[in-house]
Amino acid sequence: MTVAINGGAKVWQRRDRRTQFTVWAAWLAATAVFVYCFQLISDKTIWAFVLDAPVQAGDLAARMVPPDWAFITQLGRPIWDTLNIATLGTVMGIVIAIPVSYCAARNTTPSVSLVRPIALFVIVSSRSINSLIWALMLVTIVGPGVLAGILAIGFRSIGFCAKLLYEAIEEIDEAQVEAVRATGAAGAQVTAYGIVPQVLPAFAGISVFRWDINIRESTVLGLVGAGGIGLQLEGAITTLAWTQVSLILLVIIATVIVSEWVSAKVRHAII
Amino acid sequence: MLRIKGLTKRYRTGDLALKDIDLDLPDGQVMALIGPSGAGKSTLIRCVNRLVEPTTGTITLNDTVITALGGGELRRARRRMGMIFQEYALVERLSVMENVLSGRLGYVGFWQSWLRRFPQSDIDEAFRLLERVGLDHMVDKRADELSGGQRQRVGICRALIQSPELLLVDEPTASLDPKTSRQIMRLIKELCAERRLSAIINIHDVMLAQMFAERIVGLRSGEIVYDGPPSKMRPEVLTAIYGEEDWSATIRKVDETEEAEEEEADNVIALHDVRQPHRDRMAGLT
Repeated sequence: MTVAINGGAKVWQRRDRRTQFTVWAAWLAATAVFVYCFQLISDKTIWAFVLDAPVQAGDLAARMVPPDWAFITQLGRPIWDTLNIATLGTVMGIVIAIPVSYCAARNTTPSVSLVRPIALFVIVSSRSINSLIWALMLVTIVGPGVLAGILAIGFRSIGFCAKLLYEAIEEIDEAQVEAVRATGAAGAQVTAYGIVPQVLPAFAGISVFRWDINIRESTVLGLVGAGGIGLQLEGAITTLAWTQVSLILLVIIATVIVSEWVSAKVRHAII
Repeated sequence: MLRIKGLTKRYRTGDLALKDIDLDLPDGQVMALIGPSGAGKSTLIRCVNRLVEPTTGTITLNDTVITALGGGELRRARRRMGMIFQEYALVERLSVMENVLSGRLGYVGFWQSWLRRFPQSDIDEAFRLLERVGLDHMVDKRADELSGGQRQRVGICRALIQSPELLLVDEPTASLDPKTSRQIMRLIKELCAERRLSAIINIHDVMLAQMFAERIVGLRSGEIVYDGPPSKMRPEVLTAIYGEEDWSATIRKVDETEEAEEEEADNVIALHDVRQPHRDRMAGLT
């Protein structure tokens, strides 16, 4: 009881006694687990290295400056590849995500018992595999290069876009759909007039947002041979060319800032 | 002529929304359907154009047995029934013109509608209708920029451009202020008269129903408990429809309105058998 009678007055507390004890026990258990885990990790850490970390970090930083500005002439092509991987991968992901989300949304799916679970499975499997892992697998299948990168970004984007899009479809105002259906419109017309206008802003926002994420993800795909600027990064790190590494990182940061600016502008314009 | 025979609707949850309804609506008749929330008013009009699938019973519109139609035939039948909604149900992000033209969707193909290439005759008619309801200067506005009354006018145009034989009107005034409500009801009534349309109007507001309908049907728990002219609406009738309450004010109300709005006297159904209103008691009810 959250309300108790105490000397004739009704006393109210947020939780009753039993809930209060449960909450307290949960906190105790969580703290115990944390302390135990800390112990485990601490035992397996070489603390000498950790204590040495600031010196090492300072050393690495010193070797990174000044960036090797001359190297920038060789980065134009890789950064262009990276942008293409991100953009084409996003386009591929969206094109596949549209029918998947249509099948996954409870109010538009052709069959709740058969098609919807399949669509949801496609979404989950695409989302649960990181694009770097997609790239790793695709490099062995289609060989190293930009194509593997595009496919990796595309496969990873399907789940993300389809999930957000099908949630948007499920949240539409059914009255508008009903009104269009009442005019005698055919199924495709009901979708085009009742549903598409309602989810268009969400769709545009999702696409631009995913493109923005994909630019960041595609910068690392080169680490596993899937093209783009990551390839140069990998080469620079293995040859210990730290001044080149710092320049590549600067270029990546600049690209990401530009992409975020563009996506913010586009989203603002649409919504 | 709309003929409903033995219409029963049981929802999958087991709720019996309509119990063996028999109802005939002659051509050109404007009928108000009143009743408490949950009485089955919305279900009834949605069964007519089969947005809700009837469980049993037949519905016939001018020799077409609506309940027997499938797929394409049902869509062609829906073109003949215009529907007007409570929250307007306009496609918010489309323009006024697109919303009105969407009433023609049943007549044009998919690509024609997707590319917005409607026949010029449809566009002419859309302009005529928008002019008729006083919105011809709003053609390019987006539906969500309009006020409630304007949106409902667009909703009316969308229903009328279907060139329907019957209007199904679901709580047209529930989201509108009293003045706009009257204007919208008057507009619907006039348009029905101009085009010899019959209409079923679901409405909560008993007074508006009395003012603008020539026939009132009272629904309670899925059954018709009153069917007659507005002049026969007595406290006993309202009690039968809604349950026990002091109805004297609701009914006298009509007389009050009649005096206040003399210019529309011909729209108002005179209630000679009610006593004079107490003006001070009416004041708070508008």
